[in-house]
Amino acid sequence: MEAFIELERVEKVFEVRRRTGFLRRERRQVRAVDALSFTVARGEMVGYIGPNGAGKSTTIKMLTGILTPSGGRLRVAGIDPSRERTRLAHRMGVVFGQRTTLWWDLPLIDSYKLMHRMYRIPDARYRENLDRLVEHLDLGELLDVPVRQLSLGQRMRGDIAAALLHDPEVLYLDEPTIGLDVVSKTRVRDFLRELNAERATTVLLTTHDLQDIEQLCSRVMVIDHGRLVYDGALAGLHEAGEGERTLVVDLERELPPIEAPAPARVVRVEGPRQWLAFPASEPAAGLVARIVAEYPLVDLSVREPDIEAVIAKMYADRTDRAVP
Amino acid sequence: MGSWRVYPAVVVGGFRRYATYRVATAAGVFTNTVFGLILVYTYLALWEARPGLGGYDQAQAVTYVWLGQALFAMLAFQGGGFEVELMERIRTGEIAVDLYRPVDLQLWWLANDVGRAVFQLLGRGVVPFVFGALFFPTALPGEVAVWGAFLLVLMAALVVSFAIRYLFALSAFWLLDGQGVAQALMVTGLFCSGMTLPLNAFPGGLGEVVRVLPWAAQLQVPADVLMGESALWEALVFQGAWAVALLAVGRLVQSAATRRVVVQGG
Amino acid sequence: MRGASRAVEGVRAYGLIAGMWIRSTMAYRASFVLTVVGNLLLTGLDFVTILLMFSQVDALGGWTLPEVALLYGLSVTAFGIAQLAFGSVASLGGRVRDGSFDTLLVRPVPVLAQVAADRFALRRVGRGVQGVVVLGWALVAVEVDWSVGKVLLVPVTVVCGAVIFSALFVAGGAFQFLAQDAAEVQNAFTYGGTTLLQYPPSVFGRDLVRGVTFVLPLAFVNWVPAAHLLGRPYPLGLPEGAAFAGPLVALVCVLPAAAVWRLGLRSYRSTGS
Repeated sequence: MEAFIELERVEKVFEVRRRTGFLRRERRQVRAVDALSFTVARGEMVGYIGPNGAGKSTTIKMLTGILTPSGGRLRVAGIDPSRERTRLAHRMGVVFGQRTTLWWDLPLIDSYKLMHRMYRIPDARYRENLDRLVEHLDLGELLDVPVRQLSLGQRMRGDIAAALLHDPEVLYLDEPTIGLDVVSKTRVRDFLRELNAERATTVLLTTHDLQDIEQLCSRVMVIDHGRLVYDGALAGLHEAGEGERTLVVDLERELPPIEAPAPARVVRVEGPRQWLAFPASEPAAGLVARIVAEYPLVDLSVREPDIEAVIAKMYADRTDRAVP
Repeated sequence: MGSWRVYPAVVVGGFRRYATYRVATAAGVFTNTVFGLILVYTYLALWEARPGLGGYDQAQAVTYVWLGQALFAMLAFQGGGFEVELMERIRTGEIAVDLYRPVDLQLWWLANDVGRAVFQLLGRGVVPFVFGALFFPTALPGEVAVWGAFLLVLMAALVVSFAIRYLFALSAFWLLDGQGVAQALMVTGLFCSGMTLPLNAFPGGLGEVVRVLPWAAQLQVPADVLMGESALWEALVFQGAWAVALLAVGRLVQSAATRRVVVQGG
Repeated sequence: MRGASRAVEGVRAYGLIAGMWIRSTMAYRASFVLTVVGNLLLTGLDFVTILLMFSQVDALGGWTLPEVALLYGLSVTAFGIAQLAFGSVASLGGRVRDGSFDTLLVRPVPVLAQVAADRFALRRVGRGVQGVVVLGWALVAVEVDWSVGKVLLVPVTVVCGAVIFSALFVAGGAFQFLAQDAAEVQNAFTYGGTTLLQYPPSVFGRDLVRGVTFVLPLAFVNWVPAAHLLGRPYPLGLPEGAAFAGPLVALVCVLPAAAVWRLGLRSYRSTGS
């Protein structure tokens, strides 16, 4: 497969000055990204996750040409982003989840007309792309509405369309589903899946929502302290982190702990409610079926492990292994 | 009315908040000093062409300039005090929450602005004033009593300044346009306070009018007390009358605004 | 000519973005009219002050009212144009602080054009309009032996003045890459500069005039050319023809401003703050 994004021992070092006394200052170097190497093939859809301050957004900023790396080699579509920022801009799309680039007081369509001219998109292609995006993202009735009147979900869809009008080969999404309701999340995810499948657009997305990754990405990269700590399938991440999901079961009455098939086990009992932990890599269906068959059930729900917990666990395990 | 102990804490909070902007404060000191320099030279030329204008000699005119620069941020002549935040809260509707708090809205914001003003006087006012006094001939009093009287008048000036800005800010309940209100505040604040020219140097009838308007209580009156051109009691009566009148109007407008919020549900 | 094509690209992008902001403003038409009037009033205050001064005296620093009005008109018109075109660069610090500056860096057009056109405020025409009115009156009222050279000098001076002030706005904006909270320092040079130039050079201390002539050459916005128009001696011995040096001085201002801007942007892209 052709490597579309290539990072070779990329580094980003910031100098932080901290006030330590009335006039005394301390200088300290912070390695936000540390010898980071990976490649992403054209047409891949990759989740890029990690705790806050891990170096995620610094990486995205280097990939988009906003920041200049302090060391290493970085190429996107064969271009050095920091040197040829404007040339690359024509070939990439960026969506910042919490920051709209749409014109607040103007109808949505006006922002698209601006993109049309700013990116010098040929008329025919602009019209074709607009029609397609309007249809897929269900924007038809929103085009004439001032952006300030759109809901968060509508605005996110509007922003995604704005980032795709010029047919970028790669799309960077920073927390695309943050703050969205369930329906909007589903719609955004469906669209991204289609985009990736039909147009082979390379997608790199950062998120705190594991479901985004689960439903969209065949591959996930985890960064922590500026280093890549995992690169592979999501299922593998759960194994690596020994991530566990939790099944919360409400029974009709108080009962002794449910006898679940290993490795699932009851971790907590509170009156008629019981918590069962089971490996995140295994489907919940079998376990659920078994409980339904054998116990008087009122309600149940599955809780996903959150990314922070998985990564924390990965770290704990790695340290354990390092010190036998 | 709520607990009285709240307000000193609000004063301290207001002070602290502005004290964190060290770089901005230094930048402000620099700018006030530069503007002071420009004004000083123009006033020197004006008073050279017309000695004794407005009853001031050259040294008094120079003192007036540096006093204006020293009080510029403290009395927020062109805005930039608590009213910015208050107007934003009115615009976003968050004010509805404030109205149900067990504190007095007007007093709460006054306390907040006092904290800000004290910091601005110390942080931004002192350096330009000292600079002016060091490099230009000024007419500063030697007696401690005069400085004491001046401080008293300064506090009264702050209350009047607050009362004016409170009224402007409350207009946001009826006017949607914050930009226009800010501009009106700026125009009146700079011109009628005597930031561009001492009010006693204004000609004829215009001069007589601006000297009795509330804005005169902010810069002209403290300057006259400091330089012995006005008696303390005279100054305090003038400032006190305006302060009471404007604060009272502020309360009336506030209750009208409250009714409006309650009726509209925020 | 890569530089030239980038400049054309920048002007085009500026037009596009400014157009969007004008349309945004027009979404609140009544408010717009109100703020234009307010802007006229606010920026006119300086001239009202000058009028008040001249109600008490016949001359300031030896210059008459029409002569001071000429200084005022030249300074304010040039500043008005510069502020309309580049004034928004002054709010760059805010964009850097809230992180929205990054969104400008992923667009395929020059960043300076985007920053300058950001929140393009048409209401600022108030200042320029008011400056032109005063300038027009002053040109009629002053006593000048008009020649072709002197007639040409007026528009050339306005344009060069606008360029000099624009350079100041850009350099000040670039300074905010380093110190985001120090926006007010810039005001001392921009607003302070235009205020200073509204009064005759004879009013100010010799060192100040020297600094404003040779170090930060604001004097070429109006003092030097106006002294030539009015046949008045300039407080410092300047060579013959200095009044026509405006274009050269403007160029001398633009080059370092552009360099400082590039430096600031580079520093932002390496530090991210």
